[in-house]
Amino acid sequence: MTTNASTLGTAYYEEVVHPDTVAMQTFGFWLYLMSDLILFATLFATFVVLGKNFAGGPTGKDLFDLTYTLGETLLLLFSSVTYGLVMLSVHDGRKKRVLLGLAVTFLLGLGFVAMEINEFHGLIAAGHGPDVSAFLSSFFTLVGTHGTHVTFGLIWMAVMMGQIVVKGLTSPVQSRLLRLGMFWHFLDIVWIGIFSIVYLMGVM
Amino acid sequence: MFGKLSLAAIPESLITQVSVAGAILLGLVILALITYYRKWAYLYQEWLTSLDHKKIGIMYIILALIMLLRGFSDAILMRAQQAVAAGGSLGFLSADHFNQIFSAHGSIMIIFMAMPFLVGLINIVVPQQIGARDVAFPFLNSLSLWLTAAGALLIMVSLGLGEFSKAGWSGYAPLTEPQYDPGVGPDYWIWAFQIAGIGSTLTGINFLVTIIKMRAPGMKLMQMPLFVWTTITTMVLVVWAFPVLTAALAMLTLDRYLGMHFFTNTLGGNLMMYVNLFWTWGHPEVYIVILPAFGIFSEVTATFSGKRLFGYTSMVWAASVIMILSFSVWVHHFFTMGASPNVNLFFGIATMLIGIPTGVKIYNWLFTMYRGRVRFTTPMYWTLGFIVTFAIGGAAGVMLSIPPADYVLHNSLFLIAHFHSVLIAGSLFGFLAGYYYWFPKTFGFRLQEDWGKRVFWCWLIGFYLAFIPLYVLGFMGMPRRMAHYANPAWRPYLLVASVGTAIIALGIALMLIQLLVSIKERKALSDPTGDPWDGRTLEWLTSSPPAAYNFAKIPVVEDIDAFTDMKEKGVVYRQPEEYHDIEMPKNVPHGLIIGGLAFLFGFAMIWYIWWLAILAALGMLVTVIARSFDDDIYYLIPAAEVERIENERYQKLAAVAKKRPTGEPIIPEPVTGR
Repeated sequence: MTTNASTLGTAYYEEVVHPDTVAMQTFGFWLYLMSDLILFATLFATFVVLGKNFAGGPTGKDLFDLTYTLGETLLLLFSSVTYGLVMLSVHDGRKKRVLLGLAVTFLLGLGFVAMEINEFHGLIAAGHGPDVSAFLSSFFTLVGTHGTHVTFGLIWMAVMMGQIVVKGLTSPVQSRLLRLGMFWHFLDIVWIGIFSIVYLMGVM
Repeated sequence: MFGKLSLAAIPESLITQVSVAGAILLGLVILALITYYRKWAYLYQEWLTSLDHKKIGIMYIILALIMLLRGFSDAILMRAQQAVAAGGSLGFLSADHFNQIFSAHGSIMIIFMAMPFLVGLINIVVPQQIGARDVAFPFLNSLSLWLTAAGALLIMVSLGLGEFSKAGWSGYAPLTEPQYDPGVGPDYWIWAFQIAGIGSTLTGINFLVTIIKMRAPGMKLMQMPLFVWTTITTMVLVVWAFPVLTAALAMLTLDRYLGMHFFTNTLGGNLMMYVNLFWTWGHPEVYIVILPAFGIFSEVTATFSGKRLFGYTSMVWAASVIMILSFSVWVHHFFTMGASPNVNLFFGIATMLIGIPTGVKIYNWLFTMYRGRVRFTTPMYWTLGFIVTFAIGGAAGVMLSIPPADYVLHNSLFLIAHFHSVLIAGSLFGFLAGYYYWFPKTFGFRLQEDWGKRVFWCWLIGFYLAFIPLYVLGFMGMPRRMAHYANPAWRPYLLVASVGTAIIALGIALMLIQLLVSIKERKALSDPTGDPWDGRTLEWLTSSPPAAYNFAKIPVVEDIDAFTDMKEKGVVYRQPEEYHDIEMPKNVPHGLIIGGLAFLFGFAMIWYIWWLAILAALGMLVTVIARSFDDDIYYLIPAAEVERIENERYQKLAAVAKKRPTGEPIIPEPVTGR
C-alpha cells in the first residue's frame, strides 16, 4: 500500500498504480455477506412456512434439548470474543499471540461443529432424519447450512494460521484476517437467529 | 465406477444424434485448426487465463453467441413441429423430446445467452466508462466467466448424454421431484443453473465494488453514464436475487438426492413454496436482463442524436424505481395459485406501477431524438425497432397484470408473445445495438453498415411475423408448450410464425456474413482515433482496441458526458508530459481450473459418480487455497513502454487531423448513417 483509503482525488491516482485493494476487498466481502444473508433469509422463510408441517413425525418439542444448544451457543459466542482478541493482537503486530488466539478460536469452533454433528447423528440414528417431514427437512437444511459455513470458516482459519507462519503479518494476510473476522461474527449473528427461531420457538 | 452413466445414455432420436455428431465434428475441426496454426499457447496465455476485463468480456459474448445459435435451433424445432403437428399428425418430435426442447430453449436463452451477453458488454464497457483500468477483482471476474461456461457446457453435454429436464425453464416442482422425473434431466438443469448462478452472484459483487470504488476522480454518482447506472441497478438485483435461486435449487437438490420434503406432495412439502422462491428470483431476473439494455439504448440515442440524454435524472430514478419494484411483483407469475383477491390485487397494482418508470424512459428517448441531429446508424435502427416493439409488449404486459384477465390468458400463447416482445425486442435488440455500437471500440474496426441494416430488417420483420400470430392464438385459446394439437383453425397462424422464424434465421446468417465481410474490409472500416461515432462518454477516449491499461493517465471528470465535455473545452487528446509505471493483474489459470472442476463436479453429481464429485470438490478447494497463497499478483508495465504505446496512438491521431490547422483539438469526423 503506498497510500491509505482516505487519500482521494487526482493525487491518489497519480501516486498509486492500482487502487486501495484492502478497502475494496473489505467492501466486496460485505456485499458477499449480504448476499449470504439473503441465502439464509430464504432458508429461514422456508423454515417458518414449513416448520409446522410435522406430517405425523416428531415436533421441535420432542427433539430439542435447550441445554445442549446453549452449550453450542456459548462455544460459538466465546469463539467470537477470542477472534476479537486476535484482531487486537494483529493491530499490535504480535504474531505469537495471533496464532495462539486463532488456535483457541479454532478449537471453540471445532467444538461447536462437533456438537452439531453429534446432535444430527443422534437425530438420524433415532429415525428422525431429514426425510421424515418437511419440518425436519427445513430444520436440517437451515442448521446444516450454518454448520457448513462454520466448517469452511475453520478451514479458512487453518489456512490463515499457515499463511501467518509462512508469510508473517503482511498487509494481504491482515486483510484476509479482517475478512475472516467479518465472516466469523456474521455466522454468530445468524446463529442467534437460529437459536431464537428454530430452537427457542420450537420448544415453546 | 461410473454411477448411472452407461452406453444407454446416448439418445435414440436421430435428430439429436445428427446434431450431436455435427457439434462434435465442428469442435474437432476448430481444435484441429488451432493445433495446425500452433495457437494453443497463444490461446491459453492470452485468452483462457486472461484477467483483462476486455478479453473476458469478448469471451462472454462469444459464449452468448454460440448459445444463441443453440437456443435458436431449439426455436426452429419447436416452430417446425407446431407447423406440422396439427389434427391427427403427431409431427416429427415425440412429446418427451418436445418438452426437453422448450425447457432447454428457455434455460439457454435466459441464463446462457442473455446473461453472458450483458455481462460481456458490461465487462468491456463499464471500466472504460468510469475511467478505470480494470474491475475491482480481476481474478473473480475470470472465475465468474468459467463458472458460467461450465454451466453452459453441462447443458450442451445433456444433448448427447442422457436427457434434459422436461419441466420448462422454471423447473416447477413437483414435476422436477424424483417421484415424477427420476432421470438425469432435472439434475442437468439444476447443476447448470446452480454453477452459472454462483458465477453471476460473484459478477454482481465485482461490479458493484468496481463502480462504487473505482470511478475516475471527479465523477459523481449523478455524472455516471446511464449504462453505468443501469449496471449498478442490475448488479444490485443480481446480488439480491441470485442467492434466492441458489437456496431454492439447493432445496430441490436435497429433495432429489436425499429424499427431503421441501416441495413434494407428501409429508408436509409445499410445491407452491418452490414457485414463490423461483419467481422471487425470476422476476428480478427479467429486469436483470432488460436494465442493461435500457442503458445501451440511452447511450446510443444520446450519441446518435448528438445531444445530451433528455431527462438524465429521471432516467436514473426510473431505473432505480424499476429495481425496487421488481421485488414486489413476483406473484403475477402465478395469479392462478389461488391466493386471496387482495393478494392478487396488491401484486397486480405493483405490476402496473412498473409501467410508469418504463414509460418515462420511452418518452425520454423520444425527447432525446426530438430536435436532435439523428444519424441513422445500425445501433440507432435497433433502438427505433425496440421502442415500437417494446411498447406493444409492454401494453400486453399491463393487460396480463390485471388478475381476472390473467386467469384467461395465463399459460396461453398470448403470454409467450408478450414476453418475447419484451425480451427479444428489449434485451436482445439492446445487446445487438451494443454489439454494433462497441464493436469498433473492442476490435478497432466498424461492422459494415449495409449488411447491419439487412440483419436488422430480417430480425424485425421476422420477429413480427413470428410473434404477432401468437397474440391472436392466445386469444383463440391455444395453450403454450403443445407438442401437437387438434384444432385446425390454429394452424395458419402457426405457419406464419414458422415463416417469421425462417426470416430471423436468415438474419442470423446475415450477421455471420456481415462479420466476415467486415473482417475482410477491416482496413476501410478501421477506427484509427478510438472515437468512430463522435461519442460522449469516456470509453471513446481510449484507443480502439484499448491498451491493456485503458488509460495511461486517469482522466478527471467534470460533467455528465465527460468526453463531450472535454471536446467542448478543447482539453481532449493532450499528451501528458510524463508517464508512470502501471501495475496490471497477471494472468492466472486458477479461474479456468476451477471452472473445469465445477463442470466435472456437476457432471459427477448428475450421474451419481460420487468419487469424482468428491475429487472435483477437493480440487476446487485446493485451487482456491493455492491462489490465496499467491501475493505476487501484478506485473509492471514500465513508463517507457507506456510512452511508446501512447506515442504510436498520438501519431495515428495526428495523421487523421493532418489537414486541420495546428493547435486545434483533434476531433475526428464522425461516421454518418450512410
